[in-house]
Amino acid sequence: MTSALTIESLRKTFGSAPDIVHVLDNADLELSRGQSLALTGESGSGKSTLLHICAGLEPFDSGKVMLAGQDIAQADDSARAALRRTSVGLIFQQFNLVPSLNVAANLAFQARLAGRHDPGFVAELARRLGIAELMARYPEQLSGGQQQRVAIGRCLAARPRLVLADEPTGNLDEATGDAVLDLMLELAAQAGAALLLATHSTRLAARCNLRVHLRAGKLQVSA
Amino acid sequence: MTRAALQALLSHWLRSPFQLAMLLAGLALATALWSGVQALNAEARAAYATAENLLGDGTSAQLESPSGRMPEGEFARLRRAGWDVSPVVEGRASLGDTRVTVLGIEPLTASSGGTSAELVTPDLTGFLAGVGFAHPRTLNEIGTSQPDLRPSQAIPIGTVLMDIAQAQTLLDMRGHITRLTLAPVQRDGLTPLNTLAPDLRLVAPGDGTDLAGLTDSFHLNLTAFGLLAFTVGLFIVHSAVGLAFEQRRTMFRTLRALGVPLRHLALLLAAELALFAILAGMAGLALGYLMAATLLPDVAATLRGLYGAPVPGTLRFDPVWALAGMGMTLAGTALAGGQALWRLWRLPVLAPAQPRAWAHAGARSLRLQGGVAVALAIIALILAQINGGLITGFALLAAALLAAALIMPLVLAGGLALGQRLARGPVAQWFWADSRQNLPRLSLALMALLLALATNIGVGTMVSSFRTTFIAWLDQRLVAEVTVTPRTPSEARALQNFLQTHADATLPMQRIDARLAAQPGQVYAMKDHATFRDNWPLLDAVPHVWDRLAAGEGVLVNEQLARRAGLRPGTATLEMPDIGVLPVLGVYSDYGNPLAQATLGLDRFTGAWPDTPVRQFALRSENPQALITALQDEFGLPGNQITDQAQAKALSLAVFERTFLITGALNVLTLSIAAIALFAALVTLSGMRLVQLAPLWALGLTTRRLAALELGRALVLAGMTLVLALPVGLVLAQILLAVINVQAFGWRLPLQFFPADWARLAFWAGLAVLAAALLPAWRLWRHGPHQLLKVFAHEK
Repeated sequence: MTSALTIESLRKTFGSAPDIVHVLDNADLELSRGQSLALTGESGSGKSTLLHICAGLEPFDSGKVMLAGQDIAQADDSARAALRRTSVGLIFQQFNLVPSLNVAANLAFQARLAGRHDPGFVAELARRLGIAELMARYPEQLSGGQQQRVAIGRCLAARPRLVLADEPTGNLDEATGDAVLDLMLELAAQAGAALLLATHSTRLAARCNLRVHLRAGKLQVSA
Repeated sequence: MTRAALQALLSHWLRSPFQLAMLLAGLALATALWSGVQALNAEARAAYATAENLLGDGTSAQLESPSGRMPEGEFARLRRAGWDVSPVVEGRASLGDTRVTVLGIEPLTASSGGTSAELVTPDLTGFLAGVGFAHPRTLNEIGTSQPDLRPSQAIPIGTVLMDIAQAQTLLDMRGHITRLTLAPVQRDGLTPLNTLAPDLRLVAPGDGTDLAGLTDSFHLNLTAFGLLAFTVGLFIVHSAVGLAFEQRRTMFRTLRALGVPLRHLALLLAAELALFAILAGMAGLALGYLMAATLLPDVAATLRGLYGAPVPGTLRFDPVWALAGMGMTLAGTALAGGQALWRLWRLPVLAPAQPRAWAHAGARSLRLQGGVAVALAIIALILAQINGGLITGFALLAAALLAAALIMPLVLAGGLALGQRLARGPVAQWFWADSRQNLPRLSLALMALLLALATNIGVGTMVSSFRTTFIAWLDQRLVAEVTVTPRTPSEARALQNFLQTHADATLPMQRIDARLAAQPGQVYAMKDHATFRDNWPLLDAVPHVWDRLAAGEGVLVNEQLARRAGLRPGTATLEMPDIGVLPVLGVYSDYGNPLAQATLGLDRFTGAWPDTPVRQFALRSENPQALITALQDEFGLPGNQITDQAQAKALSLAVFERTFLITGALNVLTLSIAAIALFAALVTLSGMRLVQLAPLWALGLTTRRLAALELGRALVLAGMTLVLALPVGLVLAQILLAVINVQAFGWRLPLQFFPADWARLAFWAGLAVLAAALLPAWRLWRHGPHQLLKVFAHEK
């Protein structure tokens, strides 16, 4: 299978001596297209930092992160931004929809940025996500679950190679969270995207193909 | 509880020192401009009062002769008849290196209420022996050639007070006096003055050409400008306070949830605002004082040039002025912060702080704002139809400007919506949509910018229109190649004889002071000559106006008098003192003259007032330089008695430019305040916008592009504001030219367009906006990733 994300000997520290915190310490990870990986760990363990590094949002101290075949440490700001536009889809706990655009424009936004806008696919996604009736509404007129579905639709409409989801159901009740995750897994698999899901929940993690646990900066493969 | 809550509230400012600095700067600048203008006005009015108090003229009636002088015997005759009168001699004379107003009094009979009595009484013998008084500045200008003059701050600048006998000698008025001052209390049973002295005119106290009355329009204009600048400054305060309240909404919610009562919280916020107002007010007063001290010499020069008002060029500190300025600051802060406090009062404890919710609330208030704007526009239209004086004119100006400012966000929202509809790419679409969403937060700063730009365009257009018209008018009025001012009546007679053979034409200038249509004014004589027939700036006239004027069949009036008294040539008549009713033959423009003026044919004038001295000769000559040399050789006339045409025009233009120097300075200050308002709003907003920009960054837009878009947004909004400011500014110019000027000065000027000035303003405004937007954009570009990442980190 084609590799969507490769991490080798990744190190990331915060602070300065003597109060250095090793958030990531020689971390290695491989994720191929079509796979889903759950990243678990306690609060403050560095899950979000790892996701931000994978998206090229945050710099790291050493190691190698290959995204869609490109070493992001070697890429400048513009190249990292281009990678995010074309290869990565981000889903945040707080949805981070663009508040000034309505649902239709939010859904199409990243696909249009990536130059892969397919109105038919967007309409199909909206139907599958159950938000087809909400296209004219603005983000603050939606419930949390609806907003998260729009955020998932926005991400998948751009057909990214890698979906990075940071506690995507953290703000949702259990039933809604399960339904949203099912849909995300199904649509990611259909699109051939790799999914890296950061979560506290072992129940949700169990639904992914692969599971790793982050503790004291080390990535440990879970059963 | 109070201490803890106050600590929490103030912690916001400790973490946002720049925002606090902007709030204080806005308040301080608003206070500075308002109080500075008030200091200028107060200083000038104090100078008028000094001048009026010198002889107690404000409380005494006076007896005058229309010719400007009367025989000294009138004084003795009235005294013998029992009237308590005192003679005064007044005139211009050369003293040392300068020309001064010489004021001669008779100390034994002079009113005891005036400043002059206080000065003279302690050393009456010295005064009678020749000691005079003058302002220290006048003494400096006179030089050391007059050892008998003593310094006194109580004497107006440019005036010398001396004994009447000395003044008569100096003014070549032996045997004559200028006027008689009547003591306020007279004995009963005296023969009435109209029987005793029917040729003399009784001028009631405050009925003459008092300076305060004449200069009212000038000071009202200054006050209006100061108020406008103060309003623009309050926009900054309103904007800064509003944004700070929005930023602290979560804190308010927390404080209330923790048990701080709403009333207590509102009181603490009001106290916080009052504290800022006092701090900024003190700084503003200091700034205002400095500004007034800097501008006062120009204002004084303007008042001297326009009205002959003796205003000193140095400023004194007046505690009442400081208290009034502080009161204005506190009131302005209450007004600017009132809305924020009201919103806090109405805010539900758990109100959501979603940006679109803010925008929706903004949309509601926008609709209300639009309604108020339409109402104000209707009021402005009604006021434009009413010919109700200067106050109505300023009300019209205020209504029109406020209507434009209030309607502006609606127009901008419409423009941005159109941009969004026309946008093709996702980023462009977001750019317009996001600009619309943030419009409510920026609208106050943009309204301030609109007001400043419109004022610049309006006042600039008015001044440029005035300048163009004035220069053309000067060419018509100053046709004579040389003017010469005789020092004494005997010199005038000698000059007239000499000029008969040396000048191509001699046009004597004679005038008397008179009340015309119940206004203070002057009557001039005009010799029938081609100089006037070909060049005089007539605005309206009956057929054969010059022939009829020369024949003494009527009178010309200046535009000021025609407008104030509603005189139209051909139908109107004017009651002339000592002559009777004469038809109005024509109206001429007379810019820069605050007084009513009428002009008679020379024969008609000398027939009515035969003893009137010639004040000036306008001379036509093929070789003006030779004529000037001949005059200097023959009469030894100093340079300030002879003026050639170029000098006269340069002098007039210099007075004109100085008149509008303060307007220019206030224009620049107002625009600077608006730029600061925009800067403050953009910097405050930049912190709040991170949450909105972070997703864009995460979705693949670089911080450099986001910064460029932020910069572009500021320029687009400022550009749209400038486009709107142009018609608003032209409407303002039209109101200034057709309403305010007519009411304040009595003349109307044609509106002219100056696109080069607009382009220059657009350049400077663009530069100011660019400077205002550069720092937030630069910070986003340089520190963007670090700041934006915090948004995601704060999610947990």
